[in-house]
Amino acid sequence: MASSIRVRAQANGKTTEVQALIQHPMDSGFVKDSSGKLIPPHHIETVRFEHAGKLVLMANWGPAVSKDPYIKFAFEGGAKGDPLVVTWVDNLGKTDTLTAKIG
Amino acid sequence: MHPRADHHPPAIHTRRAATRLLALLGVAGFVGTARAAAPGWPEEAFKQTSEADAIKALYGKSAATSDKITLEVPEIAENGAVVPVSVSSSLADVTAISILVPGNPLTLAASYTLPAGTLPSIGCRLKMAKTSNVIALVEAGGKLYSTSKEVKVTLGGCGG
Repeated sequence: MASSIRVRAQANGKTTEVQALIQHPMDSGFVKDSSGKLIPPHHIETVRFEHAGKLVLMANWGPAVSKDPYIKFAFEGGAKGDPLVVTWVDNLGKTDTLTAKIG
Repeated sequence: MHPRADHHPPAIHTRRAATRLLALLGVAGFVGTARAAAPGWPEEAFKQTSEADAIKALYGKSAATSDKITLEVPEIAENGAVVPVSVSSSLADVTAISILVPGNPLTLAASYTLPAGTLPSIGCRLKMAKTSNVIALVEAGGKLYSTSKEVKVTLGGCGG
């Protein structure tokens, strides 16, 4: 199965710029479906980005983060070919992880 | 038809039944909320419906306005389901960045923990239910700073 996570990590000398896109409905729990029933909340709570075994970003998300979330950040260090591990956990306990290579 | 006494069963039975019922309810309640939040997720802060409560639950202190935070948001968001927000700061020693949308049902939208070495600049996309201020909170050197900007929402986006 294709991963829910897509990552583009680019090392440019001193820093590595990371852009990630995660496929997730991010249902807020405030929206009704076509039959008028509330769609229960289903959203990612945490996303961890780890480089060389070290946490480089921890994202805590509420239901207000858009569907198929996008995030962009940068950290010092990181070289071409280094692994970057991305792991998310949602409010239903579902999780996915991906090891991307810094390019 | 029934003797009057039948309408008043011995108290002990009632009590036992009540205890059992409570136990059942307790178990159900527990199961209903038992699912632990993801490790490290600030559940309390994400439940808050006001700016002050969310900030308090998150950091336990209040924020001072700072011009050293750059909050980039569109002036007008035609689609509230996808509002690009980016926060960066020239403050030293930034350890956390959070984004609040007081116009949403729940105020806190996203909160990021930045370990040493991570640059104080985050971009993401948020839902906005209606026109509201967007508040960027930056924790730097143990202190809390904020800045805010209004985003006019033409089409509410809690629909995601």
